[in-house]
Parts: sequence; C-alpha cells; structure tokens
Amino acid sequence: MAFDVKAERKFKVVGTRVARPDGIDKVTGKAAYGADISAPGMLHGRILRSPHAHARIRAIDVSEAAKLAGVKAIVTGADLAQPEDEAFADVAINCLARDKALYDGHAVAAVAATSKSIAKRAIRLIKVDYEVLPHVTDVDAAMKPGAPVVQEGRALENVPAGMSQNVTTRYQFGHGDLDAGFAKADRIIERSFKTAATHQGYIEPQACLASLGNDGRGEVWCCTQGQYMVRANCAAALGVEESQLRITASEIGGGFGGKTSTFIEPVALALSRKAGKPVKIVMTRDEVFKATGPTISTSMDIRIGMTRDGRITAGRGELRYSGGAYPNETVDMGAQAAFAAYDLEAVETVGWNAMTNRPKEIPYRAPGAPTAIYAVESVVDELCQALDLDPLDVRLLNAARKGTRSSYGPTFNEIGLVATLEAAKAHPHYTAPLGPHQGRGLSCGFWFNFGGNTCVSLNINDDGTVGVVEGNPDIGGSRASISMMAAEELGVPYDKVRTVIADTSSLGFNDITDGSRVTFAVGLATIEAARAAIREMCRRVAKIWDIDEDAVIWEDGCAKPAGPNAGTHPPMSLAEIAAIAGNTGGPIAGHHEVNADGAGVSFGVHLCDTEVDPETGATKILRYTVFQDAGKAVHPDYVEGQMQGGAVQGIGWALNEEYIYGEDGRLQNAGLLDYRVPVASDLPDIETVILEIPNPGHPYGVRGVGETPIVPPLAAIANAVSRAAGVRMTELPMSPPRLLKAMTG
Amino acid sequence: MRYVKPENFEAAARLLRDEDGVSRILAGGTDVLVQLKAEVVEPDLMVDIKHLPGMRDILAEDGGFRIGAAVSGAQMGEHDALKALWPGVVEGVELIGSSQVQSRATMAGNLCTGSPSGDSVPAMVTAGAVARVQGPGGIRDVPVVDIPTGPGKNSLAKGEFITSIFLPARPDRASDAYLRFIPRTEMDIAVSSAAVSLELDGDGVVTAAHVAIGAVAPTVLLVKDAGTALIRSKLEEAAIAGLVAAVEAACNPITDKRGTIEFRTKTAGVLAKRAARIAYSRAGGQA
Amino acid sequence: MKTIPVETTINGDSAEFLCHADESLLDVLRDRLGLTGAKEGCGTGDCGACSVMLNGRVVCSCLVLGVEAQGAEIETIEGMANGETLHPLQRVFIEEAALQCGVCTPGILVAAKALLEKNPDPTDTEVRYWLAGNLCRCTGYDKIIKAVQIAAAEMRGA
Repeated sequence: MAFDVKAERKFKVVGTRVARPDGIDKVTGKAAYGADISAPGMLHGRILRSPHAHARIRAIDVSEAAKLAGVKAIVTGADLAQPEDEAFADVAINCLARDKALYDGHAVAAVAATSKSIAKRAIRLIKVDYEVLPHVTDVDAAMKPGAPVVQEGRALENVPAGMSQNVTTRYQFGHGDLDAGFAKADRIIERSFKTAATHQGYIEPQACLASLGNDGRGEVWCCTQGQYMVRANCAAALGVEESQLRITASEIGGGFGGKTSTFIEPVALALSRKAGKPVKIVMTRDEVFKATGPTISTSMDIRIGMTRDGRITAGRGELRYSGGAYPNETVDMGAQAAFAAYDLEAVETVGWNAMTNRPKEIPYRAPGAPTAIYAVESVVDELCQALDLDPLDVRLLNAARKGTRSSYGPTFNEIGLVATLEAAKAHPHYTAPLGPHQGRGLSCGFWFNFGGNTCVSLNINDDGTVGVVEGNPDIGGSRASISMMAAEELGVPYDKVRTVIADTSSLGFNDITDGSRVTFAVGLATIEAARAAIREMCRRVAKIWDIDEDAVIWEDGCAKPAGPNAGTHPPMSLAEIAAIAGNTGGPIAGHHEVNADGAGVSFGVHLCDTEVDPETGATKILRYTVFQDAGKAVHPDYVEGQMQGGAVQGIGWALNEEYIYGEDGRLQNAGLLDYRVPVASDLPDIETVILEIPNPGHPYGVRGVGETPIVPPLAAIANAVSRAAGVRMTELPMSPPRLLKAMTG
Repeated sequence: MRYVKPENFEAAARLLRDEDGVSRILAGGTDVLVQLKAEVVEPDLMVDIKHLPGMRDILAEDGGFRIGAAVSGAQMGEHDALKALWPGVVEGVELIGSSQVQSRATMAGNLCTGSPSGDSVPAMVTAGAVARVQGPGGIRDVPVVDIPTGPGKNSLAKGEFITSIFLPARPDRASDAYLRFIPRTEMDIAVSSAAVSLELDGDGVVTAAHVAIGAVAPTVLLVKDAGTALIRSKLEEAAIAGLVAAVEAACNPITDKRGTIEFRTKTAGVLAKRAARIAYSRAGGQA
Repeated sequence: MKTIPVETTINGDSAEFLCHADESLLDVLRDRLGLTGAKEGCGTGDCGACSVMLNGRVVCSCLVLGVEAQGAEIETIEGMANGETLHPLQRVFIEEAALQCGVCTPGILVAAKALLEKNPDPTDTEVRYWLAGNLCRCTGYDKIIKAVQIAAAEMRGA
C-alpha cells in the first residue's frame, strides 16, 4: 500500500508523544504478565531436564514419582503427537525429547502436582536411563567429518557430499566477478572471526497457564510474541485442531525474538489433559538460559579489497553458524545482510549451518545480522586504518543508495543510509576531542524488516469512541502507535481510540510480532480498516443527505459535502454518525486482512567512544550516539526507546555476554550473575538522532525500527577499541581477559 | 525445613550443635537463600540470629569498633566514624551485590560463606579484624584470617557462629583501601582483588604495611613479602615493583568462567599497586 | 512441612498468612497474597525485579524468607500510589517513556523511591550505581535515569 505522497501531510497525531495505554497498569503493578494469573484447582508443572549434552534415552521410569502424594500427572515425549511437518516436529521434540537428549537442559519429562515443592520433589524421583554419547558444541568442530552427529539425515540437498551430517544447509548470495574485483584493489585484508552465542535476556521467564480437556478444547494464557504461532505449535504437538485452542497473550516482559516459539505450552497442555486440571508452568532463570532459544554461535571469514582512495572493489564472506541441535536458517539472513550497506560490483557471501549439542536457536533481534556485520565492518575499518582514510568518508563513498543493486539481490528503493552517515558526520560527537587510551569507532547497521499476515478489525462505538482489535502482542509500545494511526486517519483525538490485542478465537490469523513488522504492517492494516470505516460512514451520511456517495468526503473527523454542488449540509462528526448508527443500518466497522509487503529496510550508524584500561583490559563506554532512519517516527519516544534498547543489547553482546560451555558440553553460566548483561552503571546516556526518509511502501512512510539498532554496536565497539588500545578484536565478547591478552601478548 | 529464632546466644549454639541434619545460620540471607534456590543446600534447620542482643549494633570499643554480625553493608556505609577509621573495610563490604543486597548482606556472613572472592575479606584481614565466636561451651576470639579454610568452607566447629567482628584502633597517618576487578561496573563476583593497609610516619614513610589478595587462591592470602616491600618507602617505583612481584608470586588462581590464571595474576598485582596508592593518599602521604 | 502463621504489615495494612519455612517473601507476596507486582526474574538477587521495602530498606524479596515478615513493615509497588493519585515517579515514568515492556518497572520504581528518600538530589552516576541491581533489557536505562531525575527535581521543588 503506497506512501501517501499527496498527503504531504500535516500529521496531527502521528509524530507526537502521547501517553501509552498500558502505562498506568505497568507502573502500579496491575499489569498481568505470563506468571501473574492463577486458576482454581490449578496444578504446578515442573520439567525434568537432561544433564547430558548428548545422550540416548534408553528408558524413563516414572513409577516412584507417580506414587508421591500430590502428583496428578506425568508426561514424556511419548505423550506428544509426532507431527509430519518437520518444523512442528522439531518444536514438539524440543518441548519433550524422544529418543535422544540433544543438549544440556533438553526436557525429558514433566510432572504436574498440587504444589511447587511437590512437583520439585517429584521430578527428582524420575529415573532416566541415559546412554551418554560424545558431544560437540563448537561450530567448526561440528562441521568436520567424524564429528559426533547430532541428528542424522537432516541435511538439505544443496550441502555437498563428504561433509559431516551436522551440516544442514548452504546459502550463497552475491553478484559480479570477485577475482577481477580483488585484482583492482590496492589493499586486501582477510580476517577470521568467532562469536559466542548470546541470549535475548528478557527479564520475564517464559510462563503459561494451560487447560486442555478430553474433548480437545483448550485454553492457554502465556507470554508470547505470537498467540497464533503458539496455537499452531500446540495443535500440532497435541494432535488437536487449531480452532479448538484459544490462546491469549499476556503482557510480555520482553521478547526480542526469544518468545517467537513455544517451549512449555505443549507440555502444560499435555499435563492438563492427563490431570484434568489447569496446569501452570513458570521457567526458572536457569531453565531460560539452558532450554529456550539463544542465538547462533559463529565462525566467519571476511575478505575485502579497497583502492587507496577508499573504494571497495570486492567483498567475500563465509559464515559458519550453528543454530543448536536442529537445522536452522539464520545464516541465510546473516549472509544476505553482511554487505547490505554497500554498493558493490563484486560481492559473494556463502553461509553454512551446522548442528551442535546446544539449545534450539530462535531469533534475537535482527537474527544473523549483528555477527555478520560485525565481521564486515571490522575489516572495512581495518582497511581504513591501513590506508589512513576517514572511516565515515569511506562509508559514504561506498554507501548503498536508491537504485543500488544490493548484495543480496533486490534493488534498493528510497533508503536512509546516506542520510544517517551525513548526520553522523555533522554531529559534534564525530569531532569531539579524545584523551589517552580513548578511541572512537563507527559501524553501519541494517535490517530488512518484514510485513506478513495481518488482520485488524476497527469498530466505531456508539458513544463515538473507536476500538481497534489487532493480533500482535505489544513488545515496544505498538498499541499506542496503532491507536495514533487510527486517530490520525479518522480525525479523532488519540484518547478516543483504544487498541486491544485479540486472542486467537477473536480475530483472524496474524504472523508473530517479529521482523520489526508491527508498526508497519498492523499500522498499514489499521489505516486501511479506518478508511473502510470512513467509507461506510460517508455512505450512511450520503443517504441521510440524499446525495451520491462520492459527494461526501471525510475531513477533520467529520463527513462533509465534497463541494458546493453537493449542497449545504453541516458536517456530521464521527460521534454524531455513531450515535444514530442503529437507525442507518447497524453498527459501523471496518476491517482489513492482508499479507503486507512493501516493508522498508532500516539503516543506521552508531558512533562510540571507548576508553580501555591498559593494565586490565576493562572497557568503558564514554559516549554513544545512534543515528537511524525510521521512515516516519509515529511515536518518537518509542522509536528512541528501540534505538537505545537495541544499542545497549549490542553493547552487552560486544563486551561481556556469552554462553560458556565446559569440556563436558554443559552450560556453565546459566544465570544472570555470570551471563553478564549491561547494568545501569555500565553505560552513558545513549543519544539518538532519528532520520525520516519515508518508506514508499507505507501510507505514512513508516519503516520498522526495532531490530536495526542491535546490529552496529558490535563493530562500533571493536573499532573504537582498536583505536583506543591498538588491538583488533576478532573474537566476541571482548571481555577484559581477552582484551588484556591481546594487548600484552 | 524448620525455622527458629532462638532466645539467646547459648540456646542458638546448642540448637546448632544438637541438630543431626543440615543447619544454616540466617543473617542477611543473601548467600544462603541463593544456595537454597539452587538446591545446593537443603537445610533441615534455619537459625535466625538477627534479633539477638547486639547483632545489629556498631559500637565504639577500645578506639575501634565492634560490629554486630547482623549489621548490613548499608548500615556500615552510613556510619561516618567507621568509614573514617577503616575506609577500605567499609568499601569492601559496600561492593557486595546491589543496593538491595546491601540492605541485608553482612560482613560476618560474607566471611563465613568462605568464597575466595568475598569482597569484605581482604580488607578485614589487612585490618587485623577479630571475629568473636559463640559456641556451646562459650566465647572465643579468632583472627578473621583464620576463619575461611577453602572454597565454601570455614573453621567454625558445629554449634559455633560469629556474633561480632572487632576492627581495632589505628594510629593517625594510617589508612586502608580495597579494590576488585570485575568485568562490568557492578553486580559481578570479584575476578581478583586486593586490600592494602598502611601506617606512615611524620615524613610520609611507610612504617607498617599489610597486603591481602582475594579470588586468586582457595582463600584470601595475606602476602607478607608484599607488605615488607613497602616498608621504609614512600611508594617509589622500586617499592611498588617489589609489591607487584610479591603479589604475583603469591597468586595461585584457577581458570574458570570469570577469568584465566594469567589474567587474575596480572590484575591482582595491578590492583595491589593501585590500592596501595589510594591507602597512602588517604593516610596523608604525598606520592 | 507444616506452615507457619505470620502477622505483618503490607502497604500500611495489617496482613496475615501461612507459609512454609522455605518460601521466600516473593513467593508469599505473589502466591499467597495476590500481590503480583513484584516479579521473579531470576530468584537469585541478580535482577531486582522483586524489589520491595522491608523495614524502610529496599531488598530483593526473593532473598528474604516469608517468615521474616513477622512484625515487619513491607511496602510493595501496589502501595506506591495514593488511591488514584500516582506517585511522581510513577507519573513521570509514563510521561518520559521510561518503560517499554514494564516488567522491571515495579522493582525500579521501588528502588528509585528508596534512593530519593535517602538522597533527594543524586547525580546521574549515583542514580545509575544505585539502580545497578535493577536490570532492564528494553530501554538501555537512558530514559529511566532521566525520569528519576525529573521526578527528583519535582519532588524537591514542589
């Protein structure tokens, strides 16, 4: 749906800073999250997990646990269905293992009991006979022939013969003649990089309350980024019809992609069906780290050639990602994103996925891109240093623009990369003086953004207020933005609009909240639904005035005659039309269903100043500025919030966050003490500069903004540290022990 | 698990001695409740001692201070006279955990938990602090350096618990400091740490020096040679180099998820050097 | 394990409950008293989402036993507003967009209120270090610090 160029629009609501509708509930503790609801007679579920990184499950003996007073149901993988579809089957097996435990923490059985402490005792009484198998947790080791095989027969046909069975996919993108490109370069740098897996780190652990009857009808309350996805996964795993499950999304305490799959809901439903009672399961923090969906771990090789005046002549990347113990496609997006910021004649990226004995990876904010772009931006920066060129000027020289054939195929429409680079160059941060042991770094960032399946239903209430019903959990303030767009379109004040998120029975299918798609796609559908309601209101008014439908226009929240020929009729406001709707044909609504496309990519640039303690390797972030193209910032506070939050997650990823595995393949730091996310005292203010280069594919020009900000920090910090400490960090995180070792040899 | 608030010290000691199962003391609870949650310990008996007489008091005694075993880090941080006398000890305690943990955590608990990286311990050791131990048979005083015996272990016998810690008086022109290395700015367990306590004469020459290092051995180490290296100096380069060398030589750390052997050893020396300079400056020395 | 009767004061009102000896105060608030404003983010004192006031000091309720509430005064997020009037911190947090998902917000508000009662005019650095034990994954802390300072200024000036 195209950008409304003629509405060179004076937005009245969009672009202002209104209060969010869930604010009061959240500051008073009233808001209900996944673990905040209970039901009469409810049981407490607890999951038994494999202590082995890789093991065959020979037998499970639940007899002792079943005898414990208060235990009402016990389930294992045998109690779930075996869906034919591979994706559903993987989810089901990940929820409860079948013949093998595939990673430390893989669920093997679960218990529902009358109290949390009985459930805890009961799982300790379950005896599992494991045959421990050799394991592999490193992606490069997993790709070698002879590596322990995590799952057999999962490779796609495009994987060449002779590789380990752990290698499941190969992707390739690019264009042009690489050899010719490298031949033109005055300087070529080739580097290898390794990054550890990280976790989304949402503060709210997964939690659900589920109820499933013998008749196949069930309900689930859970914190999720997609109630329709939960429904689909649960229906497949339990062997029931989707329409018989009603899934309600609670308020969500953080997702970032980490709640785009199901881990406990099928288990809770299976227990509930057996016990005949509702079952509540809340994951512990330890379980969240061990058994939800961290990111890929990576090993990457990047080779880039540049002329002495800064033109990139060729770029090649090989990305080896591991998405854990199942086939995984995140490397597809990494391989596409790696060189996306550049206008290149010759570029090629090859991406591999290999299975390891680690948890099943699911998305984390711009999945695949942060690590790939970290590697590319590091090499570009090193070339700038080697050729003594200004890093911003080099980015400007090579930047993708409208008409650039991207490294991953499509030709770019209007994009904001040059605008963000120029804004960075003009910003005082870029030229602020630096002291000893301090350095400045920058990086570009990119995310595709997505559209997807979306339904919105918009009701004109009889009191002149408006209700919007949409199907996407609000993880960033989208309810406010949706209400703003409805208010803008209808010409009514923001506080006359209320947006609610429907359960799966109350609205048609919606894709998950991901891909930075909600403000774009749900917004677009809301605008269309509002326009449909407007058309209906105009039709009613035309009848009242006894004129043609196309003689009535909508302006400033009222139906008005289109011109003097339509006659003299005083405008009728939405409230007036609504009040008499019953007499003019019945309640008035608009709705829209679409698989939205036209999402606009979002580019960003981050500037970062660091100070490195030469005696300890401690890195302090002194100053940080985020420049990003939002297309149209519907609610500037929330756009800033995404830019700041994503930047800080990237800072944590660069400096201290990592999954640490022991020789035994077990996760050593499954808690917030040793999985080190940034704390308030680690950071300075995060300054933000929003650029607006409208997305031609959205009526207001909106681009998704949520994911791009996590992409630049990894290289921005590596590049800053390189200038502060004189060392190039090619392994993440750049924790102090690694940095000190690099500095002192 | 049974929870008991005994009436007096003797009753508490007897309860602990006579318990056949696993017993634990509850002061601030910021270690024991974490262990409970992790199912590392399943106490049959939890003895709360916070209400016993003097447990929450900071009292002046013989020019120093007697600090009740249930005194929180937050309380210590608000006590100006204590901070003036032993700033290194107080800053060590104040580094334990978050503001929330500070409201509850105690230096006695931190000492008895026996973590090699306990933040309160190195400066207590260099201060020459003494723990008062209550047992079924009575009371005894133990230098704090003799309390931890290994990771997670202490020298207290069954039925014994600490009721207070005594920080002695100190002369003028004396002070201490504690530094730790953590990868973030807060909320981490020390990867390495050092405490230095100094006494100076009228010319700013060091007359007494104690150096203790933490998180680099199974227990906190009092490094005699490191102290000796500073005596009769004004912290010139040679003295500092001697300090660092002695500290590095004494380190016996492990490589784990928080740090490597080489990193811990290197940074222990750096922290000892920096702590010495801070203590020296606090004591009135001009470097 | 038998339950123990406890009498306490929560948000100024007397309250009674039964709990097992090994239940945390957080468990009691959420599961026995229906006060779900305090959240369990980790259960180990590392995230601060369970912060409440205990006898005038901010604590992690996951690190306090339920039985320790006997005779104590406890304040939770549910007691922060005065009827329908929000505390300035609560109101300013909404105005300044200092929350996104909101799950860390109750803990941060309780901790921030405790700070301002102790130190009504803190520097940004003091605010950041005081709140270091309250993890937020959504905001990057920037708007939170600014909101605390704006509320503090209002509370000093008003």
